[in-house]
Amino acid sequence: MTVAERPAETAIEGSSGEGNADSQPVRARGLVKRYKEVLAVDHIDLNVHAGDVYGFLGPNGAGKTTTLRMALGLIVPTEGKVQLFGRDPISEGARALQGVAGFVEAPRFYPYLSARKNLELLAALDGDGARGRIGEVLETVELSHRAEHRVGGYSHGMRQRLGIAAALLRAPRLLILDEPATGLDPAGMRDMRALIRRLADGGITVLLSSHQLPEVQELCDRVAIVDKGRVVYEGALSDLRRQGGAGYRLRTTDDPRALHILRAQPGVERVSGGEAPHEGAAGLSFQADEQHVGALSLALGAAGVGILALTPELATLEDLFFRLTEGAGEDTRTAAIGNGHVERTPAVAAGVAGADNTGAPVTEQPGTQATSPTGPTGAS
Amino acid sequence: MSTIEASPSPSLVPPVRAGRTRRPSTLTAYRWELRKLIAQKRTYLGLFLAVLLPVIFVIVQNLHNRHGHGGSIFQSQITQSGLATPVLMLEFQAYFMLPLIAALVAGDIVAAEDGNGTLKTILTRSVDRGQVLAAKTLAALTYGAIAVFLSAIVATIAGVASWGVHPITTLSGRVVSASEGLLLVFAANACYLIPLLTVICIGLLLSTATRNSTASVVGTIGLVILLYILAGIPGLEGIKPYLLTEQFHSWHGLLRTPTDWTPIAHSAWVCALYAVPALLAAYLVFLRRDVAGG
Repeated sequence: MTVAERPAETAIEGSSGEGNADSQPVRARGLVKRYKEVLAVDHIDLNVHAGDVYGFLGPNGAGKTTTLRMALGLIVPTEGKVQLFGRDPISEGARALQGVAGFVEAPRFYPYLSARKNLELLAALDGDGARGRIGEVLETVELSHRAEHRVGGYSHGMRQRLGIAAALLRAPRLLILDEPATGLDPAGMRDMRALIRRLADGGITVLLSSHQLPEVQELCDRVAIVDKGRVVYEGALSDLRRQGGAGYRLRTTDDPRALHILRAQPGVERVSGGEAPHEGAAGLSFQADEQHVGALSLALGAAGVGILALTPELATLEDLFFRLTEGAGEDTRTAAIGNGHVERTPAVAAGVAGADNTGAPVTEQPGTQATSPTGPTGAS
Repeated sequence: MSTIEASPSPSLVPPVRAGRTRRPSTLTAYRWELRKLIAQKRTYLGLFLAVLLPVIFVIVQNLHNRHGHGGSIFQSQITQSGLATPVLMLEFQAYFMLPLIAALVAGDIVAAEDGNGTLKTILTRSVDRGQVLAAKTLAALTYGAIAVFLSAIVATIAGVASWGVHPITTLSGRVVSASEGLLLVFAANACYLIPLLTVICIGLLLSTATRNSTASVVGTIGLVILLYILAGIPGLEGIKPYLLTEQFHSWHGLLRTPTDWTPIAHSAWVCALYAVPALLAAYLVFLRRDVAGG
């Protein structure tokens, strides 16, 4: 389901009645969190739209959890601002969390209380009829049969599910989940994904932090990829894959000559390799649509360069993730974030073009090189 | 969770709400803080200590068949009136035992939740930080008051059971009836709450600021000990009336005839000088602090 297809806005119409129904579920601008010398989050911008299942991806220590903590008002940003449905959780406190639920890191409960008592406590702190939903949410996460048992005796997976139940008590319009499947066995992961999918299909906007790429690929329609505290990509997952995946690898009888031809060929972009081939990475890579690939093959033939292999490369999310998070170089590129908001981000690998949330590719900024002359900079 | 269906669940989607939603009150949060205290075993450790000493005291007095010689006026009345026991117990426990019991909960009530990660759980609900801290403060104060009165009740019951309800002589030498004596016993304990609740406020500040239960409890008791030491240092007599520990016996004023309100009033404002800044600082720290524990 694409963003455009989602009945997104309808999901937030029933908001507080105080004028924030049309606001974005999450909007962060220039978020910075510094712990003395450590810059945990470095000017992060986020745009989660109503109806999104939004993946917040990044390696460990990238700043995901810190960002989510700021989003939930648990920690104060050093700079910048985050708003949930137009409200600032730092200055407005619990008011800003109306319609918002979730957990950061593992959900925590009182181990000496039963699951039901824990939920009763949280429902009391939620008000607004949450207590009446306890049975329903326990049923949803299939913990009804263990509801009277102390949480201290629960397995990790059961606590994760109880965390979801606690979040659902608030009848949220926005669910913020920090690595909900971490530590679960394969069956638990599958069930957790199914549950999240089900909730999203029910109209809940989900902001899902994860480093489990299959999970994100399966669940999310938009993603932000963070690395070293900065967003290196934000946009539709389909755009990311399309932009990153429409590539080819070419091996010829004369790669240096082929490189010149590729660079001169209209419609061929992001050319890399060829000049300094090294073991295991021989050949060239480039991006082009099929029509231009046909023209290129004719041009190579006309120039007397024999084609040994011409293979399409379909990038997986994993490929793209590693390109983005491990391949940062010195150059920069643009990445689209939000409604037309464009921010310069650290260098990322060739082959990943930014796209705005409408799916339109973003124009490179002047002076920015999409093609690395020194080979596949950043490409893993 | 093996059969979760990938079907929409309309019931989980928030309903359309036309008006302002009703948020929970601080009283609700306070009630749940009490429930949490009741559900924790360590809560009973302090209360157990609060009742243990009076019981041991009365048993020992009975075994030795003491007739109460020497010491304070109430020590000499131990076997003459059961009402002397709660007064003596307050005298014995006021300086260390009851502050320790109060610190056990006050120092733990925020820090433990931070360490366990449950603080972030409750701070992502519909109550403000100020409400959470207010609820915790009230719960800790309630616990301190319960510990004091529980100790007094047990001491009274044990004393009366051993030596009966008889008139008692006050610090001024006036003999008061048993009923008046009983009233004075509980008024004295109520008066003692003023400095004890101040200790709780300090414990709460340390609990909020240090995020460490042990450090908070030890820090609170350490401060009490420090103040005792300061009171004993020659040359510091001038500050002695303003030390918190000196307020622990302000209740003596109630046991004089006529009632001497001066030490009680003095205790009230001196304690306020400690408690109000401590609570204010705890509030400010709690309001702006990063919650990342657990």
